Amino acid sequence: MFKRTSLSVAIAALLSHSFNASAASDADLQAIREQIQQLKQSYEQRISQLEQRLWAAESSAQQTGTVAARAQPAGVAPASPAGGDNAFNPAIALILGGTYGSVRQDPAIPATGFAMNPNMGHEQGFNLGESELGISANIDAHYRGTATLALDPAGGVSVENAYVQTSALGNGLNLKFGRYFSGLGYLNEQHAHAWDFVDPPLVYATLWENQLAEDGLQVKWLAPTDTFIELGAELGRGRGFPGSDRAKNGAGSGVLFAHAGDDIGIEHSWRLGASLHRTRAADRVSDAVPDLPGTVGGVSNSFSGDSQTAGLDFVWKYAPNGNVRNNYAKLQGEYFRRKETGALTYDIAGANIADTFSVMQSGWYLQGVYQFMPQWRTGLRYDRLDPGAAQVGALNAGNVIADYAFQPARTSLMLDYSASEFSRLRLQLSRDNSRQNLSDNQLFVQYIMSLGAHSAHSY
Amino acid sequence: MKRTLLFFSSLLFSFSAHAALNVFACEPEWAALAQELAGDKAAIYAATGALQDPHHVEARPSLIARARRADLVVCTGAELEAAWLPVVLRESGNHKVLPGGDGYFEAAQFVAMLEAPARLDRGEGDVHAMGNPHIQTDPRNFLPVAAALARRLIRLDPGNAALYRQRLADFDRKWRAAIAAWETRAAPLKGVSIVVQHKAFPYLEAWLGLKQVAALEPKPGMEPSVTHLSQVLAALQQRPARMVLHAAYQNRKPSGWIAERSHIAVVELPFSVGGSSKAQNLYGLFDDTIERLLAGLK
Repeated sequence: MFKRTSLSVAIAALLSHSFNASAASDADLQAIREQIQQLKQSYEQRISQLEQRLWAAESSAQQTGTVAARAQPAGVAPASPAGGDNAFNPAIALILGGTYGSVRQDPAIPATGFAMNPNMGHEQGFNLGESELGISANIDAHYRGTATLALDPAGGVSVENAYVQTSALGNGLNLKFGRYFSGLGYLNEQHAHAWDFVDPPLVYATLWENQLAEDGLQVKWLAPTDTFIELGAELGRGRGFPGSDRAKNGAGSGVLFAHAGDDIGIEHSWRLGASLHRTRAADRVSDAVPDLPGTVGGVSNSFSGDSQTAGLDFVWKYAPNGNVRNNYAKLQGEYFRRKETGALTYDIAGANIADTFSVMQSGWYLQGVYQFMPQWRTGLRYDRLDPGAAQVGALNAGNVIADYAFQPARTSLMLDYSASEFSRLRLQLSRDNSRQNLSDNQLFVQYIMSLGAHSAHSY
Repeated sequence: MKRTLLFFSSLLFSFSAHAALNVFACEPEWAALAQELAGDKAAIYAATGALQDPHHVEARPSLIARARRADLVVCTGAELEAAWLPVVLRESGNHKVLPGGDGYFEAAQFVAMLEAPARLDRGEGDVHAMGNPHIQTDPRNFLPVAAALARRLIRLDPGNAALYRQRLADFDRKWRAAIAAWETRAAPLKGVSIVVQHKAFPYLEAWLGLKQVAALEPKPGMEPSVTHLSQVLAALQQRPARMVLHAAYQNRKPSGWIAERSHIAVVELPFSVGGSSKAQNLYGLFDDTIERLLAGLK
């Protein structure tokens, strides 16, 4: 190419000139090198733009002739990307969220039988939810990077997700490493702003501390079939509940999951999933746990042992003619069952008695969301938990409550309005019976707004 | 046992065994065009139908599974599929069809785009930086896209190059003749004032010389509000229109509302292949579009 030749001649001339100038200092040389580099870059950009235009012109002129020529209004060239320092800026998306909450019972009281699980509670009054800043881009031809930073209303930033995904493996393989939401269940991978209700189901709040985010690596394989069949495995640090942060070599948790899905006609689609999670808790301390002697304010217990969780999930969606713009219905449900076996130390600040402990906790939810007209959706969710009956070692038989004989439940109704796909306002009413003899009527108003890059949604 | 294995392996590989190329078309018009150009040399899957709003499609498991084995993904581009295609391609684990590769084809790159916004702001509604993506409403746009798509098919499947060239030449000749016939038939539409529900027809308007005087959506992608519809109604008293257009996938109510009050015709256009009973291929798409527009004049 002529331009390339003249460019190299120019560069050569410039180079020889700078070498001849014996007085040139290192700094000067550096500056000249930079200039040449810039010159080269800008020329290469212009050359590739010219090549593109030439190619486009060839394709429309030579292949299409007169009719197409009329179709092309004058002065329209294929869009060429802008250059400069910000040309490679990643996609940035900011989520703004906030709620107004009104509850009658103290949100610090945990669900009955789940005092040794996280209690996510609810915020009361006006409060800024977590704002979420998402940044993503291709790193190179092999990797794509994504970071989601949660901006805490009280100040501070936490890393929700920060992971690298491969894009060049092919053969249906996807590898992800860093901090990511585990692929178990259906809801776990969805960010809070994509939830259909203000709060996650009780089973996610108590068994997964809302969501399981792992530091580790995930490999997924998609089968080469017309039916969607995906298998995945994860090895992680096991930092979040039900694991406990640790300082040791090797993996602290493992996840296996399988998904299958397909369409039925053009109007129905579905996905089924099964998952297994395994981790080990070491000195997992829970405070204010009620006990058999009835200690005021409860006691602090510590658990060390194995934790195994199995889950099943499904989602089914329906839209008339497959057109989700106007109306659609979505039904989803998940069930998790966790078996924990190990040693429980009762009242670590006082009596400090350790003995064996094992329990099987479970929970499920079923929810339906219906878009009854464009922009308007309503949804109903039913939640249920079962704290199980624990096997408590003889030393603690008189201390630790083994069977609460109560199953926490909750019913939630929501209505939301989206002026566009970037904004959503939501009203939610919940009848909460998750705490024995403390039934609660809860009201929430929420806004979720997204700015910036149009991030694609997962199923 | 052997028979069962054979059955399963034939299930697994049936898609690829009979055809050289697996084509994943984002919209039905590109599936139809690929069919014209590749005939039985390609197994073509249309990811969406003409009754679906192409802006609002979900990254369903079935789409990810189909993209997994695709050799070529043919889409409109210009951000029309921004809400779902990136997820489908990423999750498919198929590096052949990622943007930038030979397996990824965007039709919008080969036509002159209209309505590229001077101001990129979500306050302006669902605008696309590269311009209006509904390029398939002007049949002339299919000529450069067909030429480029045939070149891409040849690059991916050089063994059948002669066939693709032949089919392109055939399509090109027949399509030009069809365009000339449509233009003659549509002559009475020149200069006719229209109202559109969504700004989905600038290419059709440019082709046939239709004059868009109003849009029912206050901003692209926003639902028509009663307030805005009343304003459109008032404006139509000053500048009357002959008909109101909407695509087959769109909610009929706003067009019906305005038509009833301003006494103009509602014209539902197929918008893509499969959008009406007569629009079963590309030729039928434009036959039916013209007939429906002409019927709107009466």
